[in-house]
Amino acid sequence: MAERCAIIGIGQTKYARRRGDLSMDGLVREAALRALEDADLEWKDLDAIVIGKAPDALEGVLMPELSLCDALGAVGKPIHRVHTAGSVGASTAITAATMVESGLYRRVLTLGYEKQSEGNATWALGGGRSGSQGAGGSFAPWIRNYIRRSGAPEHIGWKVAVKDRKNALRNPYAHLQMKDISIEKVKESPMLWDPLHFLESCPSSDGAAAMVLSDAEGARRAPRRPAWVIAHAKRTEFSQFPGRDTVRPLAGVDCAKALFAKAGITDPLRQIDCAELYVPFSWYEPMWLEGHLLCEEHQGWKLTDSGATELGGSFPVNMSGGVLSSNPIGASGMIRCLEAANQVRGTAGDYQVDGARVALGHAYGGAAQYFAMWIVSSEPSPSF
Amino acid sequence: MTAQEIAIVAFAQTPAVRQYGDSEPAMLMDLTNQLLAETGLERKEIDFTIAGSCDYLSGLPFAFVMNVDGFGAWPPVYESHVEMDGAWALFEAWVRLQVGDIDIALVAGSGKSSPGKPREIFALQTNPYYCAPLGLDPVSVAGLQARALLDAGKASERDFAEVVSRSRRDGLANPNAQVAKDVSVDALLKEPYFAAPLRRHDLPPISDGAAAVLVARGERARQLCERPIWIRGIDHRIESSHLGLRDLTDSPSTRLAAEKLGVHDGPIDVAELCARYSPEEIVLRLALGLRAPTRINPSGGPLCGHPVMATGLVRVVEVARRIREGSARRGLAHATSGPALQQNLLCLLEGDA
Repeated sequence: MAERCAIIGIGQTKYARRRGDLSMDGLVREAALRALEDADLEWKDLDAIVIGKAPDALEGVLMPELSLCDALGAVGKPIHRVHTAGSVGASTAITAATMVESGLYRRVLTLGYEKQSEGNATWALGGGRSGSQGAGGSFAPWIRNYIRRSGAPEHIGWKVAVKDRKNALRNPYAHLQMKDISIEKVKESPMLWDPLHFLESCPSSDGAAAMVLSDAEGARRAPRRPAWVIAHAKRTEFSQFPGRDTVRPLAGVDCAKALFAKAGITDPLRQIDCAELYVPFSWYEPMWLEGHLLCEEHQGWKLTDSGATELGGSFPVNMSGGVLSSNPIGASGMIRCLEAANQVRGTAGDYQVDGARVALGHAYGGAAQYFAMWIVSSEPSPSF
Repeated sequence: MTAQEIAIVAFAQTPAVRQYGDSEPAMLMDLTNQLLAETGLERKEIDFTIAGSCDYLSGLPFAFVMNVDGFGAWPPVYESHVEMDGAWALFEAWVRLQVGDIDIALVAGSGKSSPGKPREIFALQTNPYYCAPLGLDPVSVAGLQARALLDAGKASERDFAEVVSRSRRDGLANPNAQVAKDVSVDALLKEPYFAAPLRRHDLPPISDGAAAVLVARGERARQLCERPIWIRGIDHRIESSHLGLRDLTDSPSTRLAAEKLGVHDGPIDVAELCARYSPEEIVLRLALGLRAPTRINPSGGPLCGHPVMATGLVRVVEVARRIREGSARRGLAHATSGPALQQNLLCLLEGDA
């Protein structure tokens, strides 16, 4: 490892169903400028830009780094574009972190965005075919399989949906602000893809999220406390093949193993203070708690049911409101990584976990086959 | 810090063809298997895999997801994807290996233009609010660039034809070329205009194809092959998306990348330029200050085969091939993206002395 990487600036737009006040250029620039301001840097201080988003077909702009490079201050610089389906936001952050760790680039701006109001996301998520079953339609059978295997009661999904929307009320950037959210409301909302009700599904959002990553020297000079990247990992597996475990994909298990090994974590539930997990449909909270080795198999729903994953619980999950409250797809993974950093920097405002020292950011994509995760800490070399 | 020694240890490419009969993952699987067979590596020994492709070519969002079937992703692999030419995938792999904790990366670029209409698809690269609605397509932009060169007195139509004549003749010796022909400059100049001042032959063919390389770090590279092709550096830069703010007869981003890499610190025996339209070669030659004895596009270049998303990585492969064969020791590969050479990447390669 040549260089250490730290997050020294964070910027987000307000997430909303439609940001009609901004072009795509304006959207990415708003997040980027806020990240630069947080780091007390200017465009000229950046060595490279790494952007990520979901398929170009979501907005109908081919290779949008070409048209966005002016808004991102990239002219004369390297701009690199990542696309790894839903995991892309986290993959993009990891690519940017790698550029810093390589020692070749000292300060890198990384940004994820989506402007879903300028396209038809459900059409694109169905592979561009008409009559798409949507992402929820792909995941629902696997969720039913999880329920069968784990014996989880049906209220677990409703509980996650309420928890994350309540957390979102503490986050001014969150898209959904549902003051009257309740278990009753969730279970009475229309059934979209059994067992997923409308209110157990993520919204479709416009938004951008950005971070300024720096080497150790830049982190020392940064005006605010940095978050240190302790470890990151990515794993991918085939979309489908006979015998594939779609409930607990091996790539997710392997990714968590590699991540914890790199970080020196042996007891993740105790040694990690909180997590931002990519939960676009309520049931994925217990599924990823198990699928990423945060707890034993079939025990994830019990953790959720116990209240442990609530703000104030022993292992808070999605303190910011998560993907269930804001989902500009290409940014959603970046937001998970960035909110993990907010927690260990102590900049999470009303959804701050007291004394958070180590946090996990996570995203997944495709047919639950792409995984990208990182662990950040307030300390450059935390001991466990 | 001192850069790690990283080398290309094996390379492979499909021929460029108008329509490849099988799927994109099938192309990638063939190339992956070729590279593994050549080096004797097993799939599990590859630490990192990264590919470049474009969903839009097949009109299928998430088309790239199927490509992992071609690389082999079971057991699960450490992998990534760029929606860019495979040359940028090589850039990311090279950066990743610099960290020093892993040794071997598989890099690919692939594209099938045959299912769609590239001229319409690539018109969507321009600004979506001000430019794309006008339908400004890449051929028309290339025509504007050609016209700017003529108006500035930096090139003549005969210069364009000379690029084409040389490239198409060189293509005759390239088994992977899609179009190749021994044709004189005078004969080319008698052809009608296609998008004035461009003639049909100033444009690349529409191609399907793929390329892949295996890269390895330090000692591991020497173990895996007799003649590693060392990557001395990769740099890429972008220019404004507003054509009116650019001097289309120049390529300052390419020149800047060359300065950063120290391209001119030694002789360049061979340069493979991703000149998709004949005038682009002239712009790049001028920006890079390339002249004899540097051999330019001995493969025939993109004018003989243009598998979009692989065309840049093919340039790297073609330089690597010449270094391995011994006809060059130090060479430059170029890749590009966007209208009128908006974004440019340079990769400096060198064989052992």
